Amino acid sequence: MANKTINIKLRVWRQNGPHDKGHFEEYELNNVPTAASFLEMMDLLNEKLISEGKEPVAFDHDCREGICGACSMYINGRAHGPATGVTTCQLHMRLFKDGETITVEPWRAKAFPVIKDLMVDRSALDEIIKAGGYISVNTGGAPDANTIPIPKDVASRAFDAANCIGCGACVATCKNSSAMLFVAAKVSHLALLPQGQVEAKERVKKMIAKMDELGFGSCTNTGACEVECPKGISIAFIAKLNREYLNANLMP
Amino acid sequence: MIKLDAKIPQGRLKEKWTNYKENQALVSPANKRKLDIIVVGTGLAGASAAATLAELGFNVKVFCYQDSPRRAHSVAAQGGINAAKNYQNDGDSVWRLYYDTIKGGDYRSREANVYRLAEVSSNIIDQAVAQGVPFAREYGGLLANRSFGGVLVSRTFYARGQTGQQLLLGAYQALMRQVNLGKIKLYPRTEMMNIVIIDGRARGIITRNLITGEIQRHFGHAVVLATGGYGNVYYLSTNAMGSNVSAAWKAHKKGAAFANPAFVQIHPTAIPQHGEYQSKLTLMSESLRNDGRVWVPKKVEDAKAIREGRKRPEDIPDEDRDFYLERMYPAYGNLVPRDVAARAAKKVCDEGRGIENNPTHEGVFLDFKYAIERLGRKVIEERYGNLFEMYEKITGDNPYETPMKIYPAVHYTMGGLWVDYELMSTIPGLFVIGEANFSDHGANRLGASALMQGLADGYFILPYTIQNYLADQITVKPIELSHPEFEKAEKEVRDHIKHLMSINGKYSVDHFHRQLGRIMWNKVGIVRNAQGLKEAIDEIRALREEFWKNVRVPGTADGINVELEKANRVADFFELAELMAIDALHREESCGGHFREEYQTEEGEPLRRDDLFMYVAAWEYKGDGQKHEWELNKEPLVYEETPIKVRNYKVAK
Repeated sequence: MANKTINIKLRVWRQNGPHDKGHFEEYELNNVPTAASFLEMMDLLNEKLISEGKEPVAFDHDCREGICGACSMYINGRAHGPATGVTTCQLHMRLFKDGETITVEPWRAKAFPVIKDLMVDRSALDEIIKAGGYISVNTGGAPDANTIPIPKDVASRAFDAANCIGCGACVATCKNSSAMLFVAAKVSHLALLPQGQVEAKERVKKMIAKMDELGFGSCTNTGACEVECPKGISIAFIAKLNREYLNANLMP
Repeated sequence: MIKLDAKIPQGRLKEKWTNYKENQALVSPANKRKLDIIVVGTGLAGASAAATLAELGFNVKVFCYQDSPRRAHSVAAQGGINAAKNYQNDGDSVWRLYYDTIKGGDYRSREANVYRLAEVSSNIIDQAVAQGVPFAREYGGLLANRSFGGVLVSRTFYARGQTGQQLLLGAYQALMRQVNLGKIKLYPRTEMMNIVIIDGRARGIITRNLITGEIQRHFGHAVVLATGGYGNVYYLSTNAMGSNVSAAWKAHKKGAAFANPAFVQIHPTAIPQHGEYQSKLTLMSESLRNDGRVWVPKKVEDAKAIREGRKRPEDIPDEDRDFYLERMYPAYGNLVPRDVAARAAKKVCDEGRGIENNPTHEGVFLDFKYAIERLGRKVIEERYGNLFEMYEKITGDNPYETPMKIYPAVHYTMGGLWVDYELMSTIPGLFVIGEANFSDHGANRLGASALMQGLADGYFILPYTIQNYLADQITVKPIELSHPEFEKAEKEVRDHIKHLMSINGKYSVDHFHRQLGRIMWNKVGIVRNAQGLKEAIDEIRALREEFWKNVRVPGTADGINVELEKANRVADFFELAELMAIDALHREESCGGHFREEYQTEEGEPLRRDDLFMYVAAWEYKGDGQKHEWELNKEPLVYEETPIKVRNYKVAK
């Protein structure tokens, strides 16, 4: 691995709380190793800011291996940056050019108020799950796991939907700030499995009602969410969600 | 000296858990409503425990530092979860799972606990399937299994390479359902800062809101810690950035014994470190060793040429490659257990044959050329396509064309707070579950057993055993938050924060954490010896002193302050680090992940000393907060029904 470095300019959104107006600030960062991840580059920026007596940039992150869904940066106009199929923490600096200006913004959506800088409040996604994104079984009393066979392709499709990491890139990238892909993923995951079909109708109605209540927009099938989803969740699940919703309302 | 009473129930091994459940005290539904339980942490253990306790009717308060409980680091577990279902008809049983676990742990775990773990393992799979966890299936629709290192049967259930994520989502959804029903109150972005002990019992916690900086008091009739392991003491590990020991450590300093802190699992296949700025290590699944061959150049010059970019690995002919695992362990070859593979990698790198261009030259090759020649690229793509892609994204190298570079990384900590059979620590009313306790893995954990243990504790063990404690607490009224002990615990937190903020020194928290990590990795890492450990203790103390003189925490404590969060955690790591070195120094034997150079056979294999060290080392804090001291308490490990063997991976048996 070559120890190549680049010099970059950063335009980073700074906002001191949900009610602050917010603005871009520009920073120069030299000798950034191209083998570093985007968040490691942000660490370098923060270390520099601290050493200059300035306040570091606040951002969410945790696992740094693309699975926890915490990191959430809008980079050069794209959720999780220029690469597809990755979260911000899996994005590496070798994708950027020497001398390039990189613009970094938070997720922007009415339902995701900015807490500070690049950190937003995504508890609305938890609220949607809370409204019904589960199978209502208590611990104990479950039948033997092999009692109900599930076709391999059905289980596999359920997994494709269950793959969602709840990062909110779909909402951030949608011009309507819709959470349809997120809801579709959970509704489809559970409705595909026999265990989840028992309360499928109730579930979809509750989750959609909660989604609307929380200020997420409607879906107009632009497909941007699918492009930016780091886990490649297909908008075919939105079609599935629509069928489930219609079914629940027409045949209660 | 504390009295360590493991409270192991009477009877034969296979009867103990049944006997316990038949004789334990229970709490009636009407009384459950009157009892408050605090659960800290929302990984597999915490989320499953919180959901189950709430389903039973208790009032539960749940805390996590992440913005959502779904992000706890259990989410990152890849490989799978073990269970003794014997769906493959290959001779598996509760006894075999039990025996593999206790043997894999090198006979440093408690017989009765491990047997119970194997017993409840099957229920976990049933529960997860009922919740909608999409495990892999066969064409006939039944559940699929695969094999994992160190065992002879296929008992691992998996959901692609994201088993931890899927199991965690199952537990998280169960938890959110209880939040919806009003039985759980959730506190995300909240960190536990201290524990409150009243009349010798755990009665509450002090927390800090990570957004507002607000310090809060919370009462519970019992407190459950599910706060994970302490691998981040090494700075670089496969843990999440926020993973920390603080909750467990605060409890330790208030009287909870800390057991076997030196037992750390170092995973052999992570992507090597590439630079000083690096923040964490990424694991590559252990399954890769099924088809990849591990090697380094035979000649030191070749290794040097590769590091300097003058040669490529493809330039080294087969006869100049040292497939050292196949050479050293002919029977198991590239599939030796984690600790064995990790030590061998260190050995060849210490000989100057490491291939990574980093300051320590730590790295070896994992080569798929041979598997591609044998099976074709398509088969390899099917098996490992997503992993290869991930590797290429991170490193920029294409593993179909050039070998992967890997090196061991700190992954899991077997040590933790000491608990008895009921999962209660030496502080009455303080329960510890999942990776946070010293648990069931002895000196080494087998693959796919961490998920099993976390969920066993949370779904099927703690919800029983905690009732045995709470049964005589039903008349205890919630204690006022103005109680002097709450006052005192909160004041300690405020003083601690004030102290850290007032130092205003020259260096960042990470500056110190990185140095601490280096000491730990070099001297309390894959291989240890008495001299190195003594040096480590001195170096840790000196660096800790420097930290308290020269750390800089900018900003204020009244809002988001990531540097303050890090400083709080690293301050605790500094104290834990010393205890880890002390424990490693005292344990004059080699077992599992703990390898002492002085104690090896002539062939270089670990030398376990059962006559002297077949015990759990439970350390009791005796310091005054300034000077740290510990007293050793021993819980002898008695194997009533288990044949005791020596692990040997040179021959098949």
